[in-house]
Order: sequence, then structure tokens, then C-alpha cells
Amino acid sequence: MLEIKNLQVAYGPLLALHRVDLIIRPGEMVAIVGPNGAGKSTLLKTISGVLAPRAGVIRWDDETISAASPQRIVEHGIALVPEGRRLFAAMTVRDNLELGAFTQRAQKEKRAQLDRVYALFPRLFERQGQLAGSLSGGEQQMLALGRALMALPRLLLLDEPSLGLAPKVVESILAILAELHRDGMSLLIVEQNVHAVLALVERAYILESGKIVGEGDGKTLLADDHIQAAYLGPLARGAV
Amino acid sequence: MILAQQLILGLLVGGLYGLAAAGLSLTFGVLRVLNVSHGELLMLGGYGTFWLFTLWQIDPFVSLLAVAPAMFVLGMVLYWALFQFVVKAHEETRIKNSLLIGFGLTLVLHALAIRLWTADERAVTTAYAGAVLRLGGLAVPWLRLSSLVFAFAILTALHLFLAKARWGRAIRATAEDWEAAALMGIPVGKTYLLAFALGTALAGIAGGLVSISYSISPSIGMEWTLKALIVIVLAGLGSLFGSFAGGIILGLAEAMSVVFLGGPYREVVGLILFLIVLVVRPQGLFGARG
Repeated sequence: MLEIKNLQVAYGPLLALHRVDLIIRPGEMVAIVGPNGAGKSTLLKTISGVLAPRAGVIRWDDETISAASPQRIVEHGIALVPEGRRLFAAMTVRDNLELGAFTQRAQKEKRAQLDRVYALFPRLFERQGQLAGSLSGGEQQMLALGRALMALPRLLLLDEPSLGLAPKVVESILAILAELHRDGMSLLIVEQNVHAVLALVERAYILESGKIVGEGDGKTLLADDHIQAAYLGPLARGAV
Repeated sequence: MILAQQLILGLLVGGLYGLAAAGLSLTFGVLRVLNVSHGELLMLGGYGTFWLFTLWQIDPFVSLLAVAPAMFVLGMVLYWALFQFVVKAHEETRIKNSLLIGFGLTLVLHALAIRLWTADERAVTTAYAGAVLRLGGLAVPWLRLSSLVFAFAILTALHLFLAKARWGRAIRATAEDWEAAALMGIPVGKTYLLAFALGTALAGIAGGLVSISYSISPSIGMEWTLKALIVIVLAGLGSLFGSFAGGIILGLAEAMSVVFLGGPYREVVGLILFLIVLVVRPQGLFGARG
């Protein structure tokens, strides 16, 4: 279980997150929605240890991880699929996946997990010798997701997994996230594609200007007037 | 005939330029830190080989087996004591501070070498030093040829390490995107340490080979740093064999300048190449764009 209390994160003097409280129960699939610049990516980066909080606590299974390094956090079973995918473009698909299993814990399971990832994404198996930079956008997103899965996460953080992808590809990525969720993984998804993600998740938080301004289950939020107006208007729906 | 002979010598020295550049390119590519004391580290490796030979008559090719790990450890110490503080800084401060530290280290090592070994030129002169392979009318010094082969073998081994080994891949991943590497659970600090130590060991090996085939003195450092820099610009970052090829191109260009322009222009031709490549193909001959 991930528990965030009173989290504050700043870039120099600029406060990016004020007093964020959030909870993800084991096996839960949760979304964070909100406008650009609300601090969604900052939140994910802070959970995964890339950014250090100024104040507040992040607890994972009753252990405080707010000051831990990214290495320790991956080792604990929290993996991030970063915004923009951040693949190692000059390395092969296979190398990217194997690097995903760098931690001690994941090394032991590497072979079996590689087979599982290839089963989930047969396309990656076909392209395993190809350079990551030469893949199509959809394939790159699959690789980024597969690479994170190689770390054997119990909580998967996803930053804009559908960004810049064709609707068909988005559908298949979201279907895979649903499958991971069915298998018991916890997921925290930041997504611009609010309509699709709210239909998928159990619960969602609304983050605006660094503050959590709302929370509820996905279906309820979908019907909410404020959400409708802010994120699901005719314009927003067109802009996948 | 003179041209062919000079080209052969240029090719042979070029391999060492390539080896020197590969070490600098590794630290620059991974840490984004320009270690201007690379040539002084090379000089130290040369003196290490020289010492083992004069004090204990250890064959220089054998003593490299001791010099390389010793330089690796020295690299770890230097990283730990100096450069680890630099890599924490942001891009621009990082380069500036690394230049300051590098130049400081240059002065210290230079003074230390004069203290320990005097300012005289030294060379390792083995019993087989004068042996020459005759090809038609051309003379190929065996020692320099062996040095070239040795340099190539070392780069091949390093290439395999970077391509296949777990930590080798971690180094490449860190070079490409350190933040993404950290998200994989790669301890970025350790890969920096490893890359810097490997770069130092490569400088040491190159220095050992220089002391066998040519000569060393406390003041050769800057010259070798410059050669390595020219080769890096020439070849581009990111490929060891690119560095090796770039070194050979520089060696050949210098040889031609000796024949057509005369000896004094030897040092100039490298700098001219440097400028031409920067203008025409700033990513280097073998470097990827961007």
C-alpha cells in the first residue's frame, strides 16, 4: 500500500506540489487527472525518487521511502514508465528490457519475466534485435511498459502512456493495463486522455495547481459536472 | 617510398592516439565531464611501465597487466576524491568545474612527475627494441606494430564488456539517459565511478605503450590530451572503434603533413582537421547526429 501524506515538492523557490495526500491500496488502479502543469509528473517523479520532497511523507508497506534513491525504490517494487518513454534509443529492444531487470531482485527472475513480457507484447519479441530508437511510437510505448515490468513492480506508475499515439494503439495499451490490474498489480496512471482513463480506473484524484481538489470513483467523476466542463467538453474529447 | 614509410609510421602512432582518445571519450560520454588531465594520467601510466622495467626488469607488455589495474584504482580514488562532486552539478557548472579540477590535477601530476623522475625524456628500451619487420623496402618496427595490435585488442575487450556485460550495459544506459538509468535501478554513481576508472586505466595502458614505442617526459600530458580531443571531435562520441579509426586518420594526416609540408607542421594539421570537422560535420565522422 502506498500512502502519501502532506507532500510538498519544490523546484527551487517554486512550489510544484502543496500538501498532497493520496493513497493506493494493494491491487488498486488509480488515476490522477488535471490540467497541464498541475504537478502530475512531479508527483510521479517524487514517488519514484527522482525528485526529493521538501516536506511530507511517502510510505510504502509501512516503510518510509520519501528520502530513498530511485534504485532503492525500484528494488522495493515501484517502477515508473516515464513521460516521453525515455528509452535507450541506441540500444536494442532486448538490451532495454534486460536493463529494466537491473535490480538484484529482478535479476533472479530475468529469464522468466522476459518470456512473460514477450508474451504480453509479441511485437517486442519480433523486434528484439532492433534498436529502440527505430521503433514506431506505439512499439516504443510498449517497450517502455515492458521495460518497467522487467523490474517486477507491485506498483506501476505511468506518466501519459497514451501521449502521441494513435487511438487503436491507445486502446491496446489500456487493455494491457487492465490485464495487469486483473493480475493483482497496483497502478497509478497520469493521463490526459481523461475519458478513457476514468472509464478504466477504480478511483481518481483531481490535481490542480499542485493541490488535490477532488477524489472519487472513476464512473462518478465521469458524470461530475466540473469534470465534464473542465476535461470532457467537446473540445477535450476531440483532443486525444 | 618516403610517403609510404611515413604513412606506416603514422598508422602505428595513430592506434595509440585512438587508445588515448577512447579513454577520454568514455569519461566524457558517460560523466559529461571533460578530464583535461587525461594526458597526465597517460604519462603516469608510462612512468609506471618505465619503473617496473628499470627497477625489476619486467617486460613492458607484462607490466601493463599491473599498470592497468593500478591506474584503474587511481581512477577510482580520483573520482571519489574530486570528480564525484562535479558530476552532481548541472550541465554548465559541471563542464566548468571539471575543467578547473582537471587543470589543477594537470599541474599537480606534472610537478609530481618532475619530482619523481626528473624532467628528462625516458623510454623503455627492451632487448628487442630495434627489431624491424621488412616489407619490400619498408621498415615496420615490431614494437610499434605490437603496440598497435595490443591497443586494438584492449579496445575490442572493452567493446565486448560494454556490449554484453551487465555493468557495461549499465554504463551505456547511463551515458544515454542517466535519469532513465536510475529509474531502472542502476546506481548511477557507481557507473560513473566505473567509467572514470576504466578511462583512467585506458590512459595508463596507452601511456605504457607510448613509453615502449616512443618516449615519455613529465610534459607530454598536454600534447596527448590535445591529440585525444582532436580525435574525439574527429570521430564523434559513442564508438570505441570510431575513436580508434579517428586516431589512425589523425596519424595518417600527420604523416602526410610531414612529407608534404615538413616536420614542423605536424602539430598544425591536427588542429586544422579539428576546425574543418567542427564546421562541416560537428557530430564527428562516426558520431550520430544530435
